[in-house]
Amino acid sequence: MKKNESYDEFIKGIWRDNPVFVQVLGMCPMLAVTNSAVNAVAMGMASLFVLVGSSFLVSTFRHLIPKQVRISCFIIIIATFVTIADYTLLALVPKVHKELGAFIPLIVANCLILGRQEAFASRYPTRLAVMDALGMASGFMLALFSLGAVREILGDGALFGVKLFGENFEPWVIMILPPGGFLTLGVILLFFNWFKYKKDEFLEDVAAAERGSD
Amino acid sequence: MENLLWVFVSAVLVNNFVLTYFLGLCPFLGVSNSLETSFRLGLATTFVMLVTAVCAWVLNTYVLIHAPYLRLICFIVVIASTVQFIEMLIKKLSPALFRAMGIFLPLITTNCAILGLAIFATNRGYGFWEGIVYALGAGIGFTLAMVLLAGLREESELSDIPKLIQGTAMNLIIAGILSMAFMGFAGLFSTT
Repeated sequence: MKKNESYDEFIKGIWRDNPVFVQVLGMCPMLAVTNSAVNAVAMGMASLFVLVGSSFLVSTFRHLIPKQVRISCFIIIIATFVTIADYTLLALVPKVHKELGAFIPLIVANCLILGRQEAFASRYPTRLAVMDALGMASGFMLALFSLGAVREILGDGALFGVKLFGENFEPWVIMILPPGGFLTLGVILLFFNWFKYKKDEFLEDVAAAERGSD
Repeated sequence: MENLLWVFVSAVLVNNFVLTYFLGLCPFLGVSNSLETSFRLGLATTFVMLVTAVCAWVLNTYVLIHAPYLRLICFIVVIASTVQFIEMLIKKLSPALFRAMGIFLPLITTNCAILGLAIFATNRGYGFWEGIVYALGAGIGFTLAMVLLAGLREESELSDIPKLIQGTAMNLIIAGILSMAFMGFAGLFSTT
């Protein structure tokens, strides 16, 4: 029973409550750094580290943090983890760090991370909070990666820097420029709407069939 | 002087905060359903940006030379407390202005465009006046983008749009087209 509970918290972040496609949170880094799959994954890893770390701390100390100043406390905890992530990336992969630039420090202002602390980590025990953070961060990474992959494949004809098409492919440069981010995410959300619409229709059909058979 | 003008125009049009850097998207997509509110939010944001630019400059010049790794934590704490302080000050000095800005003033603290402004200005090594002009330009650019999207959304409410695309998906595609239009301004300056 216990095990199922944490499994549920993990899975819901990836699909049912996906932070980007369903809740439309954390849009700024989402669009800004997804012009290549590598950047998207690096951003996802950094966000994962920050989200899991701060969820762990917030949930462990949730009884010690006074209610009136909780938001400031959360922000300081998050900012500390972001600083660690910033310097770690600078040391390990300076090239990616340079491309992400100011968007690493901007993880602090990602509403997804603060939102999870307020809505989940500050109310539930540590184990659940970490599972929730892992799930949400994986969902965020999935979204980042799908957007980054689509934009890189169409805009550069490559994935992770490996050319996919022959010499004759003319890259759609617009996809790696800012408008491409807006357009791609718009179309992906459109597909999500369509999927939900079809599912609702299907469920209605099933319900109608069941009523009919009675 | 020429330099200041360049900084200003580039912040408003060429490197628009919302449409090129994707900063401040939450209010951009969330609050842009009426022209009136978007304009007010834009003004309030511009105001906070100006104050932030001054704070960031003071911090950078006097405090952070000694401890650069504290930059992020310092910025966020100072921005949050300054906004709180300004809110109290305006409430005391000019209740009319306070009512006009309403709920938006506290909400602005969590807008990533504000922190982004402080970080960009630092990364580019802007001085005091350049920082102020940059903040003004960024604020006006933000207002411009908000008002444009709000106007388009108000128009679109009257037309018959397929149910599937309504909502965020449509707003994003509108934003994409706006962003494409703004890319035309990139030719204003030869890259130096």
